[in-house]
Amino acid sequence: MRSFCGRITALVFALGLLVAGAGVALAGPYEDALVGFTEGSLSDTGDAINKVAASGNPLAAQLLQAAEDARLMFSAAQKKVFIKTKDDKLLDAATGKEFTGTPPDDIDTVIVNNRLRGIIDAVIGSLTLMSPNTNQRFDAAQAVFKSREVSALPALDKALAAEKDPRVKKAMNEARAAIVLTDKESSDADKIAAIAVIRDRGDQDALGLIDGMAAGQPADVHEAAQAASAKIQGNLAIWNAVQNAWYGLSLGSVLLLAAIGLAITFGVMGVINMAHGEMVMLGAYVTFVVQEFIRTRNPALFDYSLAIALPLAFIVSGAVGIFIERTVIRFLYGRPLETLLATWGISLVLQQAVRAAFGPTNKEVGNPSWMSGAFDLGGILITYNRMWIIVFTGLVFVALLAMLRFTRLGLEMRAVTQNRAMAAAMGIRTARIDALTFGLGSGIAGIAGVALSQIDNVSPNLGQGYIIDSFMVVVFGGVGNLWGTLVGALTLGIANKFLEPFAGAVLGKIAILVFIILFIQKRPRGMFALKGRAIEA
Amino acid sequence: MKAFSLIHILDRGAVLFLVLLGAFAVAIPVLNLLVPASSSLHVSTYLVALFGKYVCYGLLALSIDLIWGYAGILSLGHGAFFALGGYAMGMYLMRQIGTRGVYGNPVLPDFMVFLNWHELPFFWYGFNHFIYAALMILLVPGLLAFVFGWFAFRSRVTGVYLSIITQAMTYALLLGFFRNNFGFGGNNGLTDFKDILGFNVQVETTRNALLVTSCLALALGFLICRAIVTSKFGKVLVAIRDAESRTRFLGYRVEAYKLFVFTLSACMAGVAGALYVPQVGIINPGEFAPANSIEAVIWVAVGGRGTLTGAVLGAFVVNYAKTYFTSGVLAPYWLFMLGGLFIGTTLLMPRGIIGTLKYGFDQRAARSAAAEDGVETGAAPPAATPHAAE
Repeated sequence: MRSFCGRITALVFALGLLVAGAGVALAGPYEDALVGFTEGSLSDTGDAINKVAASGNPLAAQLLQAAEDARLMFSAAQKKVFIKTKDDKLLDAATGKEFTGTPPDDIDTVIVNNRLRGIIDAVIGSLTLMSPNTNQRFDAAQAVFKSREVSALPALDKALAAEKDPRVKKAMNEARAAIVLTDKESSDADKIAAIAVIRDRGDQDALGLIDGMAAGQPADVHEAAQAASAKIQGNLAIWNAVQNAWYGLSLGSVLLLAAIGLAITFGVMGVINMAHGEMVMLGAYVTFVVQEFIRTRNPALFDYSLAIALPLAFIVSGAVGIFIERTVIRFLYGRPLETLLATWGISLVLQQAVRAAFGPTNKEVGNPSWMSGAFDLGGILITYNRMWIIVFTGLVFVALLAMLRFTRLGLEMRAVTQNRAMAAAMGIRTARIDALTFGLGSGIAGIAGVALSQIDNVSPNLGQGYIIDSFMVVVFGGVGNLWGTLVGALTLGIANKFLEPFAGAVLGKIAILVFIILFIQKRPRGMFALKGRAIEA
Repeated sequence: MKAFSLIHILDRGAVLFLVLLGAFAVAIPVLNLLVPASSSLHVSTYLVALFGKYVCYGLLALSIDLIWGYAGILSLGHGAFFALGGYAMGMYLMRQIGTRGVYGNPVLPDFMVFLNWHELPFFWYGFNHFIYAALMILLVPGLLAFVFGWFAFRSRVTGVYLSIITQAMTYALLLGFFRNNFGFGGNNGLTDFKDILGFNVQVETTRNALLVTSCLALALGFLICRAIVTSKFGKVLVAIRDAESRTRFLGYRVEAYKLFVFTLSACMAGVAGALYVPQVGIINPGEFAPANSIEAVIWVAVGGRGTLTGAVLGAFVVNYAKTYFTSGVLAPYWLFMLGGLFIGTTLLMPRGIIGTLKYGFDQRAARSAAAEDGVETGAAPPAATPHAAE
């Protein structure tokens, strides 16, 4: 046993010697550069940073990061440099091994200022340019593009020559062009070539880079910059339009979701349900209750909370809807204006009931993980929750369309919409259809509430915010045809978002309202009015 | 046949209403100013302002009843005309503040100084003259109603569609008036009034004078409405309410009738708003909220639409209930009650208070008439019931 231990000790000792020997034998640019950190002056430190970066030593990145975080220590007396790890261990910067002896008495932190930090950022960027990980290389290239540190140019050139991945290569090229444009010493030809590269990048950063070029450039460079700037602006305008269209689509889908149930009840029964917004609100509160339940009982199910809430919201809102129809609305058929007032009363009662049960403040409804975050698509940022709501709206729309088209209930609903008296004469129980229609419309409002809980504040006033817009969609689209509601919702959503940049959110909305008020003069029954020869009143 | 000759501008109910209103207009100031504060009969100045507010609401309700009860136009945006009249009055009152504002600017109201404006916007010109402001109180709501109605009635927008777009109209105005750069004080509206026609709006005498003025305006509005609904014009309006297409086919220009009565009603609402503002001391964009307009409709429904007196009664009753309940421990339940009022009135008492009473009287009169000369006329004639608008 003893001999074994002795042998191990010997082995370790021998290895230590070997490493030390190797260290001495290989004393190259890295080790030389380290001395610069022990001088204690900012300019020497700066030189040392650049030299360390240029050395290509695998320890360089770790050392530089330590310097930036004020974890790089030095001893002026011993001319030694140490890296303090995040868990407070000392490493010998020359070898990267843990330093086991007692730390020197004069140990002190290497001072860096903001200028040096900038240099460090850039050189770390250029160091990871050679990383075997593609994403790291890409990030490094982006970092260099942002920092435009001239000192990173040699490393960048080296990395460019070795790069195979086209995406990373493009990013590196752009980074290189950014450096060239910033560097006063680059030649005009290089600059013009760089402008072309930046122009092809074509985003806000590129525009800033080109517009920010120092004045007093030679005529041809200036011209190229001007042309590139104009091109980028054109490009950005297109992306801006795409972005607006996307936001508009998103808003339109929300409006569609909120209005579609209203359109059905109005189409079939000629009843304006002022409490429709409260059905949406109930759906949102069902989501809240489901999430609270999951939080306390089984947090692992949180990602499925919306899937659980959807059918529940449909049932709760639908049941409330059928209850309202059976107890109030059926007594008011043929008196649409009074129905309007009665349902307004119902909406007040529901709001106050929810306020009494849950309090008047906003309730926290979380996004499941698959609805959080965002991704870039070309020049626009797409959030997952908006995207899923658009998809969801599409699904609801198609399902409803199929239901109206292919089921018995759908057929009967359409019959009642077109001619109530004739449908009744053909043996359709119109009262039953009314109740079911009202339940269906309210149920859809409920699942709209589940979706809206993801993007809006869940409060007793949630429904109020959507009700007037929903009316506008129904009035604009016309009743008796779901396609009218679809076109109405998307038109209003997109028009709203395109007006916003010019007129501001509020004026844009006013403009839309005025437009609808004028539109309804032209087509008093909406875009897709039912054709018929019946005359009312 | 005998019953028809009794219908003048002033029937029994109308006379009773005017007498009660006159008594109210005399009694409240007397009880406030002449009865000492220690007496149990004394009416506090707070109540004077409160009653003044109710009278203005009564005039608003009257204007709604004229179009809803008699022409079948359910406007869910009448609060907009009320608020526009109120803003016109508010602008006059703002200009009267003069140098007494916080910033002491003789021309610009405080909020404009605060927003760093240097000149009075053109639409504020002239509001330092009361006559001009009074003109605007009638003209602005009237013009808006005329333009809006001209478009809407000409294209035969009726029923719930009309209700919805009137609601959109007031909603659009709400959004607009909330904006600071609209030039009407934005979110805070217009307030801190000092004088009206040289009298301090805060003192008791002015408040009583405003109450009496409001009562006079209500009486005048009532007389105008009575004159309209008892005339041949009024008969055509009822015909439009009950069978619009048939009236059109008989050769009446339905749009013109509706447009006239809608515009007149908006002017009345504007006057109501103008009298309301100095009594409550503030006008802000909240008055444009669609909920306010709908609430005003329920006053009419509660009192009885198509009765005029019922509208005023409804406004008093509902608002008194609101004041009573929202200031006590029952405050959280007020919205339940209001909601229940909407549902209950439409379901159980579609004629409203006055309508139900009238219906009862008419039934009894018809029965006794039938009993008197039962042989000649046979069965009791069907009483004229206020038929639903559509």
